[in-house]
Amino acid sequence: MSMAAPVQVADRPFLVQLDAFSGPLDLLLHLIREQEIDIADIPIGRIADQFLAAIHQLGLNEAADYLEMAAYLLRIKVAMLLPRPLGDDEWEDPRAELVRRLLEYEQIREIADWVSRQAGERSDRFARGLLPEAAELPPPPLLLDLQELLATAERLVEGLPGQVLHRVVPRPLDTEGATLRIRELLATRERFDLLELLGSAPTVTDVISCLIALLELARLGELIVSQDVPFGSVAITRAVAHEAH
Amino acid sequence: MRSLTKLIEAALFAAARPVTIDELAGLDPEAGEHDVRAALDELRLAYDAGGHGIEVVELADGFQILTRRECAEAIAEARLVHRPRKLSAAALETLAIIAYRQPVGRADIEQIRGVQADGVLRMLQERGLIDVVGRGEGIGRPLLYGTTAAFLELLGLKDLSELPRLEELSVALKPPGEVR
Repeated sequence: MSMAAPVQVADRPFLVQLDAFSGPLDLLLHLIREQEIDIADIPIGRIADQFLAAIHQLGLNEAADYLEMAAYLLRIKVAMLLPRPLGDDEWEDPRAELVRRLLEYEQIREIADWVSRQAGERSDRFARGLLPEAAELPPPPLLLDLQELLATAERLVEGLPGQVLHRVVPRPLDTEGATLRIRELLATRERFDLLELLGSAPTVTDVISCLIALLELARLGELIVSQDVPFGSVAITRAVAHEAH
Repeated sequence: MRSLTKLIEAALFAAARPVTIDELAGLDPEAGEHDVRAALDELRLAYDAGGHGIEVVELADGFQILTRRECAEAIAEARLVHRPRKLSAAALETLAIIAYRQPVGRADIEQIRGVQADGVLRMLQERGLIDVVGRGEGIGRPLLYGTTAAFLELLGLKDLSELPRLEELSVALKPPGEVR
């Protein structure tokens, strides 16, 4: 039988709210009790149809448990239709298992009700340390309007340091000045000492400026930088090639 | 009031859970179970006779000081306490099955309720009402569940023997042992 086919409901249609049921057995029990059906003699055809009609509104996912039950009911319905051999004492009612399950479930329901009542009574007596849940936040300590809040947020965001990838520091290097000075010296002297060039009490940037200028001029072939002994003084000599130009 | 009674009152007040007789006996090296019970009776009588808002209650294999039922409405109304959230029908049915069939596996619970039980079992375990108590035989050695002390506390029971006997139910079926 196709589940998608419209279901023919035997008697009046049964309108049931499915979320009100905790499962297929609950629904089944409801159908049986509502119509005051003898649980020992369930009209399985009618109940199966009503069951199918009731679960028709369900989506497939939530219906899985119900569909299983529906298939089970239809299996019983089919078994009931099979001819029963005459005088067969061994015949077992195909509904027997269903009845057993229903009664078992009903018993569990009764216990569940008892558990619920008992828990309800117990919840009227409080033990120490059962603090109320912080359902409500304490009132805000300050009153401020949205504009103020936004302005403050903006100010704070602006003040936030951005992620520093590279910090640029101004370097007051003066390689041009150093180059000029070296050329002046070279113009008058063929050879001089690095310390002479730096003069007395040079700053770090002076030293760096001079070194860069020296290296640059050496590259250009205007001078030769030499050191005769390790850690000795550095000599700067006018390049011969330069004179050739 | 005897000194042991005073100590027990202090211990029950300080502990946020039911305290067992053994634990209470630890308050005084010379106190035996009999002395502890006598002291508990004295405390209970003192609270009852004095018209106190609290009482000594035996539950979950121990004793606890609880507020009296008639005070519940007022203190709940004043939001000084909150009642625990009610359990869903699915949770109650599952608890009922576990309470009577424990240790019981998920498959049996699903068979009885006709509904998948994963979600409910997880929720009950998170609330501490049930716990895994072992593993069954068969494929995959399924987890078996049982109720906890928190379950007894939830219902205000001394122990599981206070659950209604199956013969007392209107729908009497087979005793748990005989049902598959």
